[in-house]
Amino acid sequence: MAEGSKDQGATGAAEPEEDSPNMIVYRKMEDIVTRIQDEKAGGVAIRTVKSFLSKIPSVVSGADIVQWLMKNLSIEDPAEAIHLGSLIAAHGYIFPISDHVLTLKDDGTHYRFQSPYFWPSNCWEPENTDYAIYLCKRTMQNKARLELADYEAENLARLQRAFARKWEFIFMQAEAQVKIDRKKDKAERKILDSQERAFWDVHRPVPGCVNTTEMDIRKCRREKNPHRVKKSVYGVPDDGQSQPSPIHISSQPSRKPTKEDVQKEITFLNIQLDRHCMKVSKVADSLMTYTEQFMEYDPFVSGVEPSNPWISDDATFWDMEASRDPSQQRVKKWGFSLEEALKDPAGRDQFLKFLESEFSSENLRFWLAVQDLKRRPLQEVSTRAQEIWQEFLAEGAPSSINLDSHSYERTSQNLKDPGRYSYEDAQEHIFKLMKSDSYARFLRSNIYQDLLSARKKQPADTEQGRRTSLEKFTRSVGKSLTGKRLTGLMQSS
Amino acid sequence: MCDQTFMAATFGPCDSCSKASPLMNIYIKSEAINYCSFCVEMMACQGLQKGETLASLKKESENLKKKLEEERGKLNDVELHQVAEKVEAVAALSLKTRRVLKGHGNKVLCMDWCKDKRRLVSSSQDGKVIVWDAFTLNKEHGITLPCTWVMACAYAPSGCAVACGGLDNKCSVVPLSLDRTENLAAKKKSVAMHTNYVSGCSFTNSDMQLLTSSGDGTCALWDVESGQLLQSFHGHTADVLSLDLAPSETGNTFVSGGCDMKANVWDMRSGQNIQSFESHESDINCVKYYPSGDAFASASDDATCRFYDLRADREVAVYQKDSIIFGASSVDFSLSGRLLFSGHNDYTINIWDVLKGTRVSILFGHENRISRVRVSPDGTALCSASWDNSLRIWA
Repeated sequence: MAEGSKDQGATGAAEPEEDSPNMIVYRKMEDIVTRIQDEKAGGVAIRTVKSFLSKIPSVVSGADIVQWLMKNLSIEDPAEAIHLGSLIAAHGYIFPISDHVLTLKDDGTHYRFQSPYFWPSNCWEPENTDYAIYLCKRTMQNKARLELADYEAENLARLQRAFARKWEFIFMQAEAQVKIDRKKDKAERKILDSQERAFWDVHRPVPGCVNTTEMDIRKCRREKNPHRVKKSVYGVPDDGQSQPSPIHISSQPSRKPTKEDVQKEITFLNIQLDRHCMKVSKVADSLMTYTEQFMEYDPFVSGVEPSNPWISDDATFWDMEASRDPSQQRVKKWGFSLEEALKDPAGRDQFLKFLESEFSSENLRFWLAVQDLKRRPLQEVSTRAQEIWQEFLAEGAPSSINLDSHSYERTSQNLKDPGRYSYEDAQEHIFKLMKSDSYARFLRSNIYQDLLSARKKQPADTEQGRRTSLEKFTRSVGKSLTGKRLTGLMQSS
Repeated sequence: MCDQTFMAATFGPCDSCSKASPLMNIYIKSEAINYCSFCVEMMACQGLQKGETLASLKKESENLKKKLEEERGKLNDVELHQVAEKVEAVAALSLKTRRVLKGHGNKVLCMDWCKDKRRLVSSSQDGKVIVWDAFTLNKEHGITLPCTWVMACAYAPSGCAVACGGLDNKCSVVPLSLDRTENLAAKKKSVAMHTNYVSGCSFTNSDMQLLTSSGDGTCALWDVESGQLLQSFHGHTADVLSLDLAPSETGNTFVSGGCDMKANVWDMRSGQNIQSFESHESDINCVKYYPSGDAFASASDDATCRFYDLRADREVAVYQKDSIIFGASSVDFSLSGRLLFSGHNDYTINIWDVLKGTRVSILFGHENRISRVRVSPDGTALCSASWDNSLRIWA
């Protein structure tokens, strides 16, 4: 096996950007495994263990690794430590010596550390020729521990078919590797063999296991060297047939900032300096108040009545929300701010109703019309904008709203080239007006207060609800008696 | 300089005139410049004016940055978690998987809830987009797209359409038909066109406008009906990976995050970058507004999530732990903003107390990276999408 020198190992196939997302994680894992192996600095004991007729060199128990992780990374739950350890194993930094599946167990199972030559940070992308050489080599060595697993035997068969023409070459390479390996001493070979196997467990994982070499395609374009010269694990010269991976095309070379760019930056910074900002203490109070106010509405914090549909499989909660009568809790929310009231369609309706009763609904109707304008397809915008002008702002408009002369001027200017945002100023002005005036009155109104205290509305208040006094009487009597006898009487009369 | 013949070591676009030609690699005030020989001559004639102005502008910019940092620093009178000490701790959460949505043949890359609180749309590396009734696990619609890696999908506010896009550099809108036998892909309408992959998409408050983010470094606002570009947003210097619209009824802003480690807040009307935050140490994979719209959170490959307040114009909290070393791919808030859910590349979901900065809980279950986490519109459930080909509903 061509165990390269440390230098060779470090450069691997291509030079990765040190701060690319993958490298950041690799370096963190490498830091962890380096610390674990440092016995003098509180690391675990790596020992040779005697077993039956032989010795197992350089191993550590899973339980020791879990303990170390809990102690040194401030992990309280062993499950978390096992999970993290399993991920470090899945990336190939530690491995069980008698299993192809790379997970960490919190028991006496033996684990070994991977050689830095094989670390993922070297950006290996081993070709199938290398894998073929490896499997072929394994079949040549008469050792029980090197017997191929079923999936490996299947892989080998497939590779033999795929590389039928160059199999002689592969066979020769495998023989050469076996020769090199024989020269090494027994203990060293055990270790190297297991490390090599772990390497292939990462790059050709057991079917059903996660392939941790899979990359997020959005992050693939970071390689400095787009035309990767692929380095063989076994030093096989590149026969020129390997194409640069199509996903490793270099991204747009980052432009050096031009004068215009820097000038824009300066303008931006000046704007930021002029901005009036709040102190963190004030902002913190505001965040806390908001959260406090809404926590009773947050199902994860306060639960939900009668039950969370996802937990109980009962959709009653949703049916109740959709019903025409909003709950007291929901009505209370409308009192938090005008925004909250308008966010809820029921709140919007009630506010509109109240304004209609005061004959001052034009403000809200204008606000709603402008919201609607912003949501129209482009080609309808111009016409709709004109309609809004005619309805609310033109001379003698049927729903004339009260705008200060400045906003009025601005808006009529905007309408010369009507767009989705022509009414922004006006809308903001009207919103402030409603907030300071009619919204406050709405909250004090009967309409709102009745809903808030869940008082049943007096039927006489509505047109449809005009009932005779006899009916009113019998209704109230019927409620106080166990009404069957009386209502029976009523029905018959 | 003008009279010498020179050995051209590189060939490419000139830094000054952009024409491709043999380049002279020279240094002006220790800054490397690659000009074609003509531009070098011009520069020499102008007596180094060009080099000087760029350098002095850069100096001005640096000074302003320092000044801004100073000014903002004066407002940093206390840490959020210190103020939050007086708040009661959140009760222990015991979220469990309540539904597992199986059906995708490859990594699930994105998902979005429908406003009806139970339906959702998901998209996958295998090119399929599925609309589910997550409550009954029923697959209601399936759309097969011609390209793989559908990285972005969104549900229209009306519930009558979905948007999806990815490696095809486009974002398309597909109307959802009540007729199950209809081939939805045939009705697909291309709306957004970028020059690189589409990383995120969102309908603004109506079915008529679509906001997209792209690997080409820009965000864009589109009119769905005509496909016209209404506004484009330039400012990021690398791929934009995520965007989120401000939750306000009256606001017109959104936030975006990208591979340049910056989170930018934009005005949709003017296309201007209003505010910018740069404190992460690696790609920002996801940004999400706090429910009040006054702040937002970000998830990054540096394994931290951060909380930024717009009024203080600074980062006010960092959510991190020694044991969390894998990047965060997605974040979302619970309804009140008290809890922050973050999905990570180590297959777990962490739950944070936003105010106190501590981790409340960790969710195991997925067998590969989490690509997206989203709280349902009424806050009753959390959905997570993963590279293990499934989606999970937690409550």
